[in-house]
Amino acid sequence: MTDAPLLSVRNLRVTFPTRQGLFQAVRGINFDLGRERLGVVGESGSGKSMTGRSVLGLIRPPGRVEADRMEFQGQSILNLPERRMRKIRGQRISMVMQDPKFSLNPVMTVGRQITEAYRLHRRVSRADAHAKALEMLRAVQIRDPERVMDSYPHEVSGGMGQRIMIAMMLAPDPEILIADEPTSALDVSVRNEVLSIMDNLVRDRGMGLIFISHDLNMVAQFCDRVLIMYAGRIVETLPARELHKARHPYTQGLLASLPRLDAPQDRLPVLTRQDSWRDGDPIAPHADTDLPGGLR
Amino acid sequence: MTNTMTRREWLLSDAPQTRRQARLGAFYQGWLTFRANKLAMLGLIILILLLGMAAFAPLLAPKSPFAQDLASRLQPPSAEHWLGTDALGRDILSRLIHGSRITLFIVGTVALIAPVIGLFIGTVAGFAGGWVDQVLMRITDIFLAFPKLILALAFVAALGPSIGNAVLALALTAWPPYARLARAETLTIRNADFIAAARLQGAGRARLLFRHIWPLCVSSLIVRVALDMAGIILSAAGLGFLGLGAQPPMPEWGAMISDGRTYILDFWWVAAMPGLAIFTVSMAFNLLGDGLRDVLDPKGGAK
Amino acid sequence: MTKPPMLSIHDLNVWFGDPPDRVDAVKHASIAVAEGASFGLVGESGSGKSTILRAVAGLIDSWSGNLEVAGRTIHGARRDRQFFKTVQMVFQDPYASLHPRHSVDAVLSETLRLQGIGDVDRRINRLLDDVGLGRSFRFRYPHQLSGGQRQRVAIARALAAEPRLLLLDEPTSALDVSVQAEILNLLSDLRAEHGLTYLMVTHDLAVVGHMCDRIAVMQHGRLVEELQVEDLRRGAAQADYTRGLIAASGSYRAGG
Ligand SMILES: Nc1ncnc2c1ncn2[C@@H]1O[C@H](COP(=O)(O)OP(=O)(O)OP(=O)(O)O)[C@@H](O)[C@H]1O
Ligand SMILES: Nc1ncnc2c1ncn2[C@@H]1O[C@H](COP(=O)(O)OP(=O)(O)OP(=O)(O)O)[C@@H](O)[C@H]1O
Ligand SMILES: [Mg+2]
Ligand SMILES: [Mg+2]
Repeated sequence: MTDAPLLSVRNLRVTFPTRQGLFQAVRGINFDLGRERLGVVGESGSGKSMTGRSVLGLIRPPGRVEADRMEFQGQSILNLPERRMRKIRGQRISMVMQDPKFSLNPVMTVGRQITEAYRLHRRVSRADAHAKALEMLRAVQIRDPERVMDSYPHEVSGGMGQRIMIAMMLAPDPEILIADEPTSALDVSVRNEVLSIMDNLVRDRGMGLIFISHDLNMVAQFCDRVLIMYAGRIVETLPARELHKARHPYTQGLLASLPRLDAPQDRLPVLTRQDSWRDGDPIAPHADTDLPGGLR
Repeated sequence: MTNTMTRREWLLSDAPQTRRQARLGAFYQGWLTFRANKLAMLGLIILILLLGMAAFAPLLAPKSPFAQDLASRLQPPSAEHWLGTDALGRDILSRLIHGSRITLFIVGTVALIAPVIGLFIGTVAGFAGGWVDQVLMRITDIFLAFPKLILALAFVAALGPSIGNAVLALALTAWPPYARLARAETLTIRNADFIAAARLQGAGRARLLFRHIWPLCVSSLIVRVALDMAGIILSAAGLGFLGLGAQPPMPEWGAMISDGRTYILDFWWVAAMPGLAIFTVSMAFNLLGDGLRDVLDPKGGAK
Repeated sequence: MTKPPMLSIHDLNVWFGDPPDRVDAVKHASIAVAEGASFGLVGESGSGKSTILRAVAGLIDSWSGNLEVAGRTIHGARRDRQFFKTVQMVFQDPYASLHPRHSVDAVLSETLRLQGIGDVDRRINRLLDDVGLGRSFRFRYPHQLSGGQRQRVAIARALAAEPRLLLLDEPTSALDVSVQAEILNLLSDLRAEHGLTYLMVTHDLAVVGHMCDRIAVMQHGRLVEELQVEDLRRGAAQADYTRGLIAASGSYRAGG
C-alpha cells in the first residue's frame, strides 16, 4: 500500500448541450480517493451519478467530460479511447449502477449475465465462472442462488436485483468500486451484510470505494469521509463521523428532513434551497484530516 | 405571454401549456435532432425530390416513356437525350422519371404491409406468451428459414407475374424479421411497472397492446424499415430483372437494368442509369434510417 | 369496532411456476387493515412483500386463500371496475412506472376515462394541485420530470380513481431524503384529507415509524410478527428477526 491516492480528480466538469444551452451537471469538483470508503451524498440531480460515470467514461455523447486531472494510480484516464477504457472498466474500476433492473438485460437469465461478465475479465472455464457466480450470490445473502441463477430479472425482487448487480461487479476484484445507491432497496440486515463485504474489500485488499447514497445516517456510520454535493459542486467535505456536526445549511437541511424512529414528528421539515449555495465556497475541515489517501 | 416568446421558445418550452404545444414541441425536438445529422438531411432531400419527381412525372419527363424511336436507338447521353436511349430508342431519363412512380408504389406498399403484419404478430406473440407465442414464432421461423428472394420467387410463380403480385410476395416475405424485433421489444416491456399500472386502471388486453406496447415498438420498427428499404427496392428490382415483377413496357428500374444487360459493354448507360437511380434511392433510405435512429432511439430520448 | 376491515388477508399463499421449480413466495399470510389505518409491511428483501401487494391488486393469478376488500370477497386474478375504484397501487421505481411516451396529461386522462369519470379537464388540474405539482406540469413527458416529480405523478394516477385503499410499494426508496420528506408529508396530508387507508411496504424502519400505526414483519415468505409502532419504537418486539432488524437499523458497525 502506498500513500498516493488511487484516484485523483481535479476540476471535473460534465456538460450536456441542451436546447436551452449548455447544462453543467458537474461544475468543477476536486477529490482524491485513497484506499478508503468515500461517501457522496446530495439531493437528486446534484450530479452524484454523473461524477461516478465520468470516471469510467460512461457519459454518453453529446455529454462532455473535462478535467484538469483525472488519474487512476498515476495514469490519466480522462477520455481514454473506448478500447483502452474497456480494459479498466469492470476489471480494475467497476460500478454498481443506480437502477439495477434497468442495467440488467431483461431477456437473459441472471446467471448467464453474471458468468459472461466474469468471463470477460478472467480466462476461466464456464463451470468455474458458474461456481464463482454462485459463490458471489451467496456472499450477498441471496437465499437460493441456484434458482436465482436461472431466473430472469423480472422474476427477482427489487432488493435481489440490486444484490445481483453488486455480485456481478465485485466478482472480478476491482481496485476501485463505485457504488451508486447500491443498498436503497435492501432491508437493514441484508444491507449490513453487503456493507461488510465492501468493508472487508477495503480493509483487506485495499480497495477504494466511492459510495453514492442518500441515506445520510448510513453514510455517517459506514464511510470514512463524505462529500456533499449540491447543483454539481461539492459544498462540504467532512469526516463521516462528524456528519451530524455539518456546518453547511444544506447538509443540515438534508439531515433534518430524515424521519426518526426515536423522535416522531407530525410533519417532516423540507428543504428550502438558496441560490447562494450554488456558488459559495466549499466548507472543508481542518487540513490535516483532508489529506489525500485518507488512511486512518 | 406567448407573444413575448419566439416561436422556437414556445416549441421548446419545458412547461407546455396545451396538448398541442406539447406534441408539437416533442416533434420539433425530434426534428432538431434529425436536422443535426447532415447525411440524414441529404437522404431526406433526395427522397423528397423523388416524391416530387413521381408526383409531377408527366410534367418533368421530356419525352413519353413508351415512345419508341428505332432510328435513334442506343444513343449515348447527349443534349437531346440527357441520359441516352435504350434498345428501342426510348428516352432513359423519361423512363426513369416515370419509373420512380413504380418504385415508390412498391416501396410504399411493402413498407406499409410488412411492418404492420410483423408488429401485430410479434407483439401478440410476446404479450400473450404460452402456446400463442410458440405457434406464431414457429410460423415466423418457417418463413425465416427460406431465403427471401427465393420465397418471393415461389409466391410470384404461384400467383403469376405482375407488379401487384410482386409487391404482395415481397410484403409476405419481409415481415418475419419485424415480428422478431417486435416480439423482443414486447418481452422487455410487458413486465414493466407501467404496464402493471395501466392494468390497475382497468385497461384491457387490446388497450395495453395498442396504446401502451405498440408506441414503444413502432419507433424501432420505423428505423428498421427505413434501413431495410434499400433491400426491398433491390428485391423488387431483382424480381423485375427476372421478369417476374413489372411487365414490359413498364419502366420499372429493375426491368430496365435487365433490358440493358445485353449491351452492358458497348452501351453501358442503358443499364448503368437505372442502376445509379436504384443506388441513390437505396442510399437515401439508409441515410434517413440512420437519422431516424438518432431521433427515435428510446435510449437517446429518455433520461 | 364492528366495521369490517378495509383489507383482510387470510391464509394467503402465492407461488410462481409449476411444481419442480415452484417458488412459494408467500406462505400462510394473514393480516387485517382497518379502515383509515396506515399499515406497514417490513421484512427481509425477497420475503414476498411486493408479492402480497401484487396479489391483492390482481397482478398475479397463482394464489390461494381468502382476500376481502371493503367487505367484498375477491376471487382469482380478475378484478372489476368497482375494485379498481377502491384499490390502487403506487410502485417502487418511479423511473419504471410511467410510460416513457405518455405525457402526464395522457396518463391521467386515460385513467379517468377508464374509470368512467367525466369532466376530465378540471379533474386533472385538481389532481395535479393535490399532489403539489401544479398545472405547468400537465403536458410534460416523463423525461422532463425528476424522480420525485414522477412519483407524484404516479400518486396522482393512483388517486384519480378516488380509491379508499392505497397499496404503496416502497414509495420513497428511490428518492433522496429531501424529496422523501416531501412525499411522506404529501401522503400524510392526503390520508387526512381523503380518509385513505394505506398498506405500505418499506425497509426503512424510520419511515414506518413516521407513517404507520401498525406493522407486520416478514421473513422467508411468512409473517413472523405483527406489532404496534409504539412497540417498535420501544424495541419491544417478540420475534428474533424483528429484534435483529431494529438493532441493525440503528447502526452499521465497521468491523475492527
Ligand atoms: N443526457 C442528459 N442531458 C442533459 N442533462 C442530463 C443528462 N443526463 C443527466 N442530466 C442532468 O445531470 C444532472 C445530474 O444528474 P445525476 O444523475 O448525476 O444526478 P444524481 O445526483 O445522481 O441524482 P439521483 O439522486 O436522482 O440519482 C441532473 O440535473 C440531470 O438532469
Ligand atoms: N414473476 C416471478 N416469477 C418467479 N419468482 C418470482 C416472481 N416475482 C417474484 N418472485 C420471487 O418471489 C420472492 C418474493 O419477491 P418479492 O418481490 O415479493 O420480494 P420483496 O419482499 O418485495 O423484496 P424486496 O424488498 O427486495 O423488493 C422472491 O424470491 C422472488 O424471486
Ligand atoms: Mg444518481
Ligand atoms: Mg419489493
